[in-house]
Amino acid sequence: MGAPTSLTDVHDAMPSFDEIIRTLTLQGGFNTTSVILGTTLLGLAAGVVGAFALLRKRSLTADALSHATLPGICIAFMIAQSIGMASRSMPVLMSGAAISGVIGVACIHLLITKTRLREDAAIGIVLSVFFGAGVVLLSVIQTNPSGSAAGLNHFIYGQTAAMTRADSITMGVIAIVATLLALLMLKELTLVCFNDGFAQVTGIPVWVIDSIILALIVLVTVSGLQAVGLILVVAMLIIPAAAARFWTQRLWKLVVLSMLIGAASGYIGASISALLPRKPAGSVIVLSSGGLFLLSMFLAPSRGVLATTIRQAGIRIKIANDHLLESLHEHAQDATPPTIKALAHAQGIHPLRLRILALMLSMRGLVRIKDTRASATKSGLARGARVARNHALWEQYLITYADIAPSHVDWSVDQVEHVLSDDLIAELERALAGDAR
Amino acid sequence: MSDKIQSSLAKRPEHSSDSPLSIHAMTVAYDRKPVLWDIDYDAPNNALVAIVGPNGAGKSTMIKACLGLVPTASGQVEFWGKPYKSARAKIGYVPQRESVDWDFPVSALDVVCMGRYRKIGWCRPVSRAHKSAAMECLQRVGMGEFAKRQISQLSGGQQQRVFLARALAQESDLYFMDEPFAGVDATTERAIIEVLRDLRSQGKTVIVVHHDLQTVPDYFDHALLLNMRVVAAGPVDEVFTTENLHKTYGGRLTLLAEAAEAIARRDRGH
Repeated sequence: MGAPTSLTDVHDAMPSFDEIIRTLTLQGGFNTTSVILGTTLLGLAAGVVGAFALLRKRSLTADALSHATLPGICIAFMIAQSIGMASRSMPVLMSGAAISGVIGVACIHLLITKTRLREDAAIGIVLSVFFGAGVVLLSVIQTNPSGSAAGLNHFIYGQTAAMTRADSITMGVIAIVATLLALLMLKELTLVCFNDGFAQVTGIPVWVIDSIILALIVLVTVSGLQAVGLILVVAMLIIPAAAARFWTQRLWKLVVLSMLIGAASGYIGASISALLPRKPAGSVIVLSSGGLFLLSMFLAPSRGVLATTIRQAGIRIKIANDHLLESLHEHAQDATPPTIKALAHAQGIHPLRLRILALMLSMRGLVRIKDTRASATKSGLARGARVARNHALWEQYLITYADIAPSHVDWSVDQVEHVLSDDLIAELERALAGDAR
Repeated sequence: MSDKIQSSLAKRPEHSSDSPLSIHAMTVAYDRKPVLWDIDYDAPNNALVAIVGPNGAGKSTMIKACLGLVPTASGQVEFWGKPYKSARAKIGYVPQRESVDWDFPVSALDVVCMGRYRKIGWCRPVSRAHKSAAMECLQRVGMGEFAKRQISQLSGGQQQRVFLARALAQESDLYFMDEPFAGVDATTERAIIEVLRDLRSQGKTVIVVHHDLQTVPDYFDHALLLNMRVVAAGPVDEVFTTENLHKTYGGRLTLLAEAAEAIARRDRGH
């Protein structure tokens, strides 16, 4: 069996190492290379545009837009056929797609502004009705005797193998245009996405910026139709941006990361589909970005699920430790130290859990365990006293300033000193001393 | 409406081109139901003005209509005798804090820089000079040390101060602030008041939507009592009376008691 030279060769064997290397280094034949290059550039462009679609909360609008392209493709085909043009020429079909996609978005806008319908319902209606219309038109075309209609339904699921070098160049141009526009207008795009009312007041016309974002979404969607298909193309916009959001709190980094994740998905997905038998590239690309999304979701520092879980567990343990030390501090004057069972009962947690907490604290030299009883060491008592004072001050603060207490304070974790001013703490301490008297 | 009619507003005897804000016969309606009815108002120069009124009285809507964020059904709004578009550079705005998504990937300083975008111009990066000007505004509201902080990691009061700093960065002569005191801590309230007095001492006018009747006499010079229409407007001493508040709030007695207490305190102060 000879080594396949392009994606269009169907082969059932698993790829050899040599094949993998050749494909990944863009030496897998002219067609394969075009496809990988094209989808990588598409991912790049979709990453940049998707970042702004996400920040402007337009991701679902993009989904409706991509579904709304189908009737346009069909109508463009029919018109071209009836006037005797080359009915399957890409520019004709793509203009049809763009026009009906924009009409779909306009319908959403009309539904929201002219009726009491909410955005989610409006999007659902437009998406399904336009897609339904497209499917009907498609069947009309396919029952037509001319027979040249075959292949139009590839736009639904995508057919990457049909991508030509010209398509790759188109995507490259779109990627460059989108990136340049985003760079040039980073300020304006950011402001409109963050606070459109303020943008309007300062004299940045929100509708112009929104139109630019929409135009970029249309460009990416329409150019991705052929490769990824209209059902999945929105994933190229949403997923890389959403994945990038886990890694950073800076906007320009978000845009760059989204771009890289998009490009990587296009590259990995197209390569895998070139190597594995009969795997549709569009879906594999989307799955690749899905994989990168999952990685980001779990592993990203600070915003990732893993980091968040660890952080929250740490806080819970610290709170439990503080409570234990506080109650040991209260029992410091007792003749016999309290039993672990009694302590657990008082705090409403399982005795086993309290024993583990006490053991952990004893390893840090804060708690002494003797048989079933626990007591605090000298440093443990000092720590308990600090916790008790902190709680008392917070309580006093809440009583005195109930109306203006900052909502972000975690009463059990934050130290009074870190949040409140010295004057205020002195005032609270005076109030506490007054109560004691 | 033609420009001729537009320009005539300042020539009307009841309005003047000295006034930073003149509203004439403005009506705003959402879906047939009027929210603001035939508003006539002239803001004084160099004053702190409180817009007070019950919930749903159209306080925020009035600000938004003046700024062109909400379409008006009829009427005219002028700033120093000019339409909004020509006066824009001299107008600053603090929107309601809840109107934006604070989990947005920008820092406090980035937000304040937005106040200078108009001065910077389209498609140009924020220069170092503009950044340091924005930094100064952050310091004026006591937020200098939080410049690099992502905005979701700020408390509500700190976020409000970032918005205030952004308005300062606009370097305007007339400011609109939508509920800047809503749900803020004591430090923030003090910082806002300090900034407001500072602005007044620089000869500027600040129009504030305010919900706390008790502090009106302490914080403001002028008041606009609003409940779909203008009930009364003028110096606090003259218009902030039990009778006017009764007209504004109807029979809401708890509020009236609060106001009466505030008035009593003010009278003692005189």
